Amino acid sequence: MSTEKNELKGVTGWIDKRLPVFTFINHNLRDYPTPKNLSYFWNFGSLAGVTLVIMIVTGILLAMQYTANADLAFDSVERIMRDVNNGWLLRYIHMNGASMFFIVVYIHIFRGLYYGSFKAPREILWILGVLILLLMMATAFMGYVLPWGQMSFWGATVITNLFSAFPVIGDYIVTFLWGGFSVDNPTLTRFFVLHYLMPFLIVGVVALHIVALHQFGSNNPLGIDVKSEGDTIPFHPYYTVKDYFGLGVFLIIFFGLVFFAPNFLGHPDNYIPADPLVTPAHIVPEWYFLPFYAILRAVPDKLMGVILMFAAVMVLFVLPWLDTHKTRSAQFRPYYKQFFWLFFIDCLILGWVGSMPAEGIYVLISRIATGYYFLFFLVILPILSRYENTRTIPTSIAASVLSDKFVNEKTSTENI
Amino acid sequence: MDKKSLNDKLVESDKTQKVDSERRDFLFMTTTGLALAGGAMAAWSMIDTMNPAKDVLALSSTEVDLSPIESGQSLTVMWRGKPIFIRHRTKDEIKQARNVLVDDLTHKSLDEERVKKPEWLVVVGVCTHLGCVPLGQKVGDEKGEFGGWFCPCHGSHYDTSGRIRKGPAPLNLDVPPYEFVSDEIIKIG
Ligand code: HEM
Ligand code: FES
Repeated sequence: MSTEKNELKGVTGWIDKRLPVFTFINHNLRDYPTPKNLSYFWNFGSLAGVTLVIMIVTGILLAMQYTANADLAFDSVERIMRDVNNGWLLRYIHMNGASMFFIVVYIHIFRGLYYGSFKAPREILWILGVLILLLMMATAFMGYVLPWGQMSFWGATVITNLFSAFPVIGDYIVTFLWGGFSVDNPTLTRFFVLHYLMPFLIVGVVALHIVALHQFGSNNPLGIDVKSEGDTIPFHPYYTVKDYFGLGVFLIIFFGLVFFAPNFLGHPDNYIPADPLVTPAHIVPEWYFLPFYAILRAVPDKLMGVILMFAAVMVLFVLPWLDTHKTRSAQFRPYYKQFFWLFFIDCLILGWVGSMPAEGIYVLISRIATGYYFLFFLVILPILSRYENTRTIPTSIAASVLSDKFVNEKTSTENI
Repeated sequence: MDKKSLNDKLVESDKTQKVDSERRDFLFMTTTGLALAGGAMAAWSMIDTMNPAKDVLALSSTEVDLSPIESGQSLTVMWRGKPIFIRHRTKDEIKQARNVLVDDLTHKSLDEERVKKPEWLVVVGVCTHLGCVPLGQKVGDEKGEFGGWFCPCHGSHYDTSGRIRKGPAPLNLDVPPYEFVSDEIIKIG
């Protein structure tokens, strides 16, 4: 015990003995043993964390200039764009940051899906992740309402009206959400307060997410457990530097958008002040909601549409009990791998039809895509869990990193 | 636990593997340097959003018509969110302000330097102690021991030239930039 390597000295040591912050950092960001074979897909967690911080900082600065009042909100946003020093930059970072956040988190989720990171013993880690996703969606939706443009107003109207689908209590819920009989000032003020509050809830859940992660450590592309020290390398400097490099690339893309195409992902109608008497001809949600929007519209029944749309997210909560196959990584599951990629394409298709008018061929496509979405989770995964045979799995990460050996090993088993 | 940490082991293996440490140091310094410079610029651009915006700076001048103010009367106007005291001084008040030995003052300044026309005194009505608005503008107000203004917050006395004469305030009431655009109209700011 006494020969413990990093005995801290001086002021740091004095503080650490009483409040072990330095030991904590050391354990979690320095010595923290991490599988040595992580690919760039493992960068997206830290990217999400950085994006969350950027969103909170820019959000707080925006809130200092923004006025949450139906008569003043739109103008206060225009004032930010024109009069506030670097206000345009501030707002464009926050706007595009939301999109980048969803891109990062969606990749993060597909990564987990592909490499089976949601499986035992990481179920709670996964569930906390889905909770973060839900909180992010609510936050993003309410944030989009704040500029009080046409899309803000009608987006808020349509999404809150989803709740009117519930029999009997539906209308009461909607009136309650609005604080009145239409989307109006009371709706705006509560959305602003909640939009400010929820990111801090996300911070809390992210903290739990990390505690759960560090309980068993990261999964890895092979999906096998760490068996010895030889399978790991310390987080610092190896993954700090890799995360840092990834962050650089990420920021280039993010700020490429901010500086050169800040409105590319937005909708021009939101630069028209909200008008409760005129609905824009074509209302679409932000791109990151499109797949879910497509599911909503695919169903001809109002209530069922709403239920399926929510179910599309909720099904992720129970994923660890739908896919119970012992093998984590899709690399070793030939069938799962194909169904996974089909599912991935399916999500892209849903996103695409979600942006199209709900008529003609698009309705058919959205129905087929919705069908496969649920088929994948509710039928294909449970069946594969029972019947799918896996390819030969390497005995350890170290063994496979010395890859020649692993290839020989594999071919030899296959030849037998 | 006399086991070495992973980190130490790797550092050791670096040593045995003849790492090009000069190259490493160079990369480390340039990376850190750039990150700090970029971070500082990003931070400044964001912090700068809290400085006065263009619309705030645009409100920076006010015109005042002095003709309705009789000798002995005062007027308070707003300029950049602050009160401006305008006093139409009587002969007596002017004499009082000029019959002072500059050496006796806390904040040495001649009355002649503080006005454009002797009968018009224009000062920022913010106590130089901690920012309260001194009394003395209204008819019934306490004007302090020197007939100018009295700050009730911590007891600062200003004279008829707006100079600090007694109390904790360190400086005279500020004279804002202003000019006479005509005989009876001033433009502040
Ligand atoms: C605010 C959003 C989020 C933040 C800041 C965040 C942060 C992180 C970080 C730093 C890691 C470790 C690095 C990595 O493996 O990539 C991680 C791992 C993980 N996250 Fe997230 N996450 C977020 C959202 C989500 C969501 C929405 C899900 C799932 C629905 C999720 C599921 C997971 C899983 C399963 C792991 C472990 C992956 C593995 O080790 O293979 N996370 N998260
Ligand atoms: S603020 Fe005027 S005396 Fe302190």
